[in-house]
Amino acid sequence: MALKFPIFMDSQSTTPVDPRVVEAMIPYFTEKFGHPASRNHPFGWEAEGAVDKAREQLAALIGARDPKELVFTSGGTESINLAIKGVAEMYREKGTHIVTTVIEQRAGLDVCKRLERQGYTVTYVPVQADGLVDVEEIRKAITDKTILISVMFANNEVGTIQDIAAIGTLAKEKGIIFHTDATQAVGKVPLNVEAMGIDLLSCTAHLIYGPKGVGALYVRRKAPRVRIAPMMDGGGHERGMRSGTLPVPLIVGFGKAAEICRAEMEQEGARLKTLRDRLQDTILSNVDEAFLNGHPERRLPHNLNISFAYVEGESVLMGLNKESALSSGSACTSATLEPSYVISALGASAELAHSSIRFSLHRFTTQEEVDYVAAKTIEVIKRLRDMSPLYELAKEGVDLKSIQWKAE
Amino acid sequence: MAYSEKVVDHYNNPRNVGSFTKDTPGVGTGLVGAPECGDVMKLQIKVNLETGVIEDAKFKTFGCGSAIASSSLATEWLKGKTVDEAAKIKNTDIVNELKLPPVKIHCSVLAEDAIKAALADYKEKHA
Repeated sequence: MALKFPIFMDSQSTTPVDPRVVEAMIPYFTEKFGHPASRNHPFGWEAEGAVDKAREQLAALIGARDPKELVFTSGGTESINLAIKGVAEMYREKGTHIVTTVIEQRAGLDVCKRLERQGYTVTYVPVQADGLVDVEEIRKAITDKTILISVMFANNEVGTIQDIAAIGTLAKEKGIIFHTDATQAVGKVPLNVEAMGIDLLSCTAHLIYGPKGVGALYVRRKAPRVRIAPMMDGGGHERGMRSGTLPVPLIVGFGKAAEICRAEMEQEGARLKTLRDRLQDTILSNVDEAFLNGHPERRLPHNLNISFAYVEGESVLMGLNKESALSSGSACTSATLEPSYVISALGASAELAHSSIRFSLHRFTTQEEVDYVAAKTIEVIKRLRDMSPLYELAKEGVDLKSIQWKAE
Repeated sequence: MAYSEKVVDHYNNPRNVGSFTKDTPGVGTGLVGAPECGDVMKLQIKVNLETGVIEDAKFKTFGCGSAIASSSLATEWLKGKTVDEAAKIKNTDIVNELKLPPVKIHCSVLAEDAIKAALADYKEKHA
């Protein structure tokens, strides 16, 4: 099959909507447009039925006992806000301490920063070089004031998958509510809220081949019954936890996307892992001083993050972006002009954080695309190293750390 | 963020990439920036010791596309100028020529620093 450009390899930022999902959504824009809270006519019943079905599809994907435990939101960011702020407000009398990690998504970190300004205390547990959180570090951080543990399931940059079941067990042992931001993991790797002791789980549709603008928060109803304060007041939708008219077409799409992931995850994960390993092996065997970021095994099957010493990430993307879409932890590609805090948290030097490139594969990625991107990446790195003063110095045997750099 | 045509051109066809041996007569070397900041430029000039004119210039840069373009452009401008004329190149000239957006102005500042450092090194060696 002929390659179609540009090649999309940035699926941890978003994914294309699966055509089967679009097909399921379409009737809900024009014919089946009812408000699910309209209790007295067929349009409302039809919409309510569609939302219920989506709730069941999503509950089945994450192993929820009861579909009512799912609250629809506008996406991952809102779910994370609702989970953390909702617990903080509801359990303030009980305690004001939260334990989280340094590599959470911006939403998780920024919510915690806001809560700190409001008088809460937050412990940001560090991660090891492979991105894994040591569960014992979480145990040590817990105080008698701790009301919430919030740890992401899988990291959006390096793909490292945490030992969620162990953290769930610890949370149960201590009687603390456990939230996980699973936006990157749901639909990609096996996950079960019951087996893993998860009390709150955030997820989003657009990372599982569903539409943008809809997400969900799983809120456990039994053992323990978790209560959260709503952020949005209004008509009392979603059991009072999230008022606002439900976006039925988006929810139907989310449900369909979840159903497809549940049916195809095992096969798709294996296929993507094979392609990802091929990409990784090709690049690492052809480029010296290229370092894999994240855990070598405990990692999302579609994620690959590599730091290429002596070249800067944005310049690498510039060499690739006519034909392929990737992302970098380089400061130059971020709004904040800071290099990736995730790569930095792994203990990598700032230089290697600037040099990181993330390749993320998806349902429609082909082997031809992988081979093309691998070859092109190798070519661009070589070209940039030929014009890198750092590479030249390193090849001359100069220790870059021995130079007095004049930082701006 | 889209890049200007000139930045893309310098990135795709960088002028004067390379190095002179540091102790060659007439050569001045500037090495500025820091790896942890994501930008390092090495810029070298080769001055005709009789005329004081910069006959050749070379660069190597670790940095984003705009940093590569800024240093590539600097080497183009340096060639044929006297040492005194070269000292008058300003970062704002580079910003205007490459149409750099505000977030990339530091790339042009670094290129100006590299020019100054190369000139200073030349003067120190050939005083």
